[in-house]
Amino acid sequence: MDTKNGDFNDDFTQEILEILENNSKYTEEQIAIMLNRSVDEVRAAIKTLEENNIIAGYKAVINWEKMPREAVTALIEVKVTPQRGRGFDKVAERIYRYPEVKACYLMSGGFDLTVIVECKTLKEVAFFVAEKLAPIESVVSTSTHFVLKIYKENGTVFEKKEEDSREAVVL
Amino acid sequence: MNMAAMISPLVKSVPPSGIRKYFDLINEMENVISLGVGEPDFVTPWNIRESGIYSLEKGHTHYTPNSGYFELRKEISNYIHRRFGIEYSPENEILVTVGGSEAIDLALRAIAGRGDEVIIPEPSFVAYKPCAIFTGATPVIIELRAEDQFRLTPGLLEKFITPNTKALVLPYPNNPTGAIMKKEDLLKIAEILKNKDIIVISDEIYAELTYDGEHVSIASLPGMKEKTVLINGFSKAFAMTGWRLGYACGHPELIGAMFKIHQYAIMCSPTMAQRAAIEALQNGDNEVKAMVREYNRRRRVMVDGFRKAGYDCFEPLGAFYVFPDIRNSGMNSEDFCEKLLFEERVLVVPGTAFGQCGEGFVRATYANSMENIIEAVKRIQRFAAKYNRTGF
Ligand SMILES: Cc1ncc(COP(=O)(O)O)c(C=O)c1O
Repeated sequence: MDTKNGDFNDDFTQEILEILENNSKYTEEQIAIMLNRSVDEVRAAIKTLEENNIIAGYKAVINWEKMPREAVTALIEVKVTPQRGRGFDKVAERIYRYPEVKACYLMSGGFDLTVIVECKTLKEVAFFVAEKLAPIESVVSTSTHFVLKIYKENGTVFEKKEEDSREAVVL
Repeated sequence: MNMAAMISPLVKSVPPSGIRKYFDLINEMENVISLGVGEPDFVTPWNIRESGIYSLEKGHTHYTPNSGYFELRKEISNYIHRRFGIEYSPENEILVTVGGSEAIDLALRAIAGRGDEVIIPEPSFVAYKPCAIFTGATPVIIELRAEDQFRLTPGLLEKFITPNTKALVLPYPNNPTGAIMKKEDLLKIAEILKNKDIIVISDEIYAELTYDGEHVSIASLPGMKEKTVLINGFSKAFAMTGWRLGYACGHPELIGAMFKIHQYAIMCSPTMAQRAAIEALQNGDNEVKAMVREYNRRRRVMVDGFRKAGYDCFEPLGAFYVFPDIRNSGMNSEDFCEKLLFEERVLVVPGTAFGQCGEGFVRATYANSMENIIEAVKRIQRFAAKYNRTGF
């Protein structure tokens, strides 16, 4: 199915996305109650959103820093020469196909692509940049920044949850 | 000295709040979900908090003008016009107060005294009656009914108006019932008040939180602006309860009288809060809308939960409360609340806390996280399955 932005611009769809973006664990039954719709309507809407790749996945937001796991995240600024007839998309694809690339954005401004990679060690990141990224022929230059601490990811703050500090009863 | 004898009889005549005992109970319990908190669970939006912080950094730590910063009054004036279509002059028709609470107190004190009657529909917010009593006036209670969806009907109102009636408290959207008054309901009330010298104290603190069309203020109806003191504030709409900021709008003469009391009793509302409130009115609309959407979803989950538990629950269309009829449990309101707290660790408030006619009902707020509401509803349904007399 061909999708244009306007196709999904109704309040019902918007609210389904708002709910699932915050917590994708709600059931269709729960969402139906929240939005005062039938379960069938909700199920159909979610199915359409999935088929159109508007809902592109359901993933947990994990604070890996709390786990005994070695991981290094780097943000790499990449300058590229766009290829004739294909612009940036082809180069971007050659980059984002690597499984260690967690995110890849085309940017305005002083460089072209932001590439976020996650590896086990610093050495692995260096290897990725030197052996995989830099040699791609249209890549002009790279500039690698290592992440020291993640404060907020995907809209979720990685701190202790704030406690409900309200009085138990307020009339 | 016998201190008790020194206390004013007016103050003594008001019994202490019956809700303290729940504080003591709940403090000793773990894993309680409190649906008894009459304030937003949201923290004040960051841009508003940031403005408060910035005002401290800039050293805005002094008194403001007695009636509030002119800039804030201008923003309030714009806001009330934009949202409810009423024009108030920031010069002399708006007073910034310490919460809607102070505005309620000021309005009553400025209007009522010994020999006057103040009509108060119940169930309603707990402050109206004591504040009326403190002025020396006589509160006249109208008992609202579930079959009217807890709206004030013209028939009820007419029965209680006497030559001594000085003011009518109009508490919509309502705490604790969640009832609202639509334009057609308000027109009937306005019709009755048309040729009478009665001031309407319209507490519209929940005006932003409505779920079936926009709130209508009685002050926007023909001939009613002059007779109405409109009370609103930042606590509920912008999740700013702790900042203590509200306001009153009305006739210059009445606002002037309220100003006089405010000037001597309070001086001015908190400075930092006023700075933050300017930001709230200028750039708060999107956050308010997002909060209302979330409240609305929780509202539906809670109403659905009580109904599936076998308790009649009229659809509340305002504020953040549901007010189910729990008589099917075979208990009165107090027993229901106590048992539910002990057995299922869910705290709701007996309807009787808001007036005698609240017997048979409880107030539960959905100003709590969706996760907590879903869990609380589960517990309530388990409780209902154990005790309900009919159908589950
Ligand atoms: C109906 C109603 N009016 C007024 C208030 C007072 O609010 P504030 O003084 O925080 O503005 C409350 C608070 O619970 C309320 O429920």
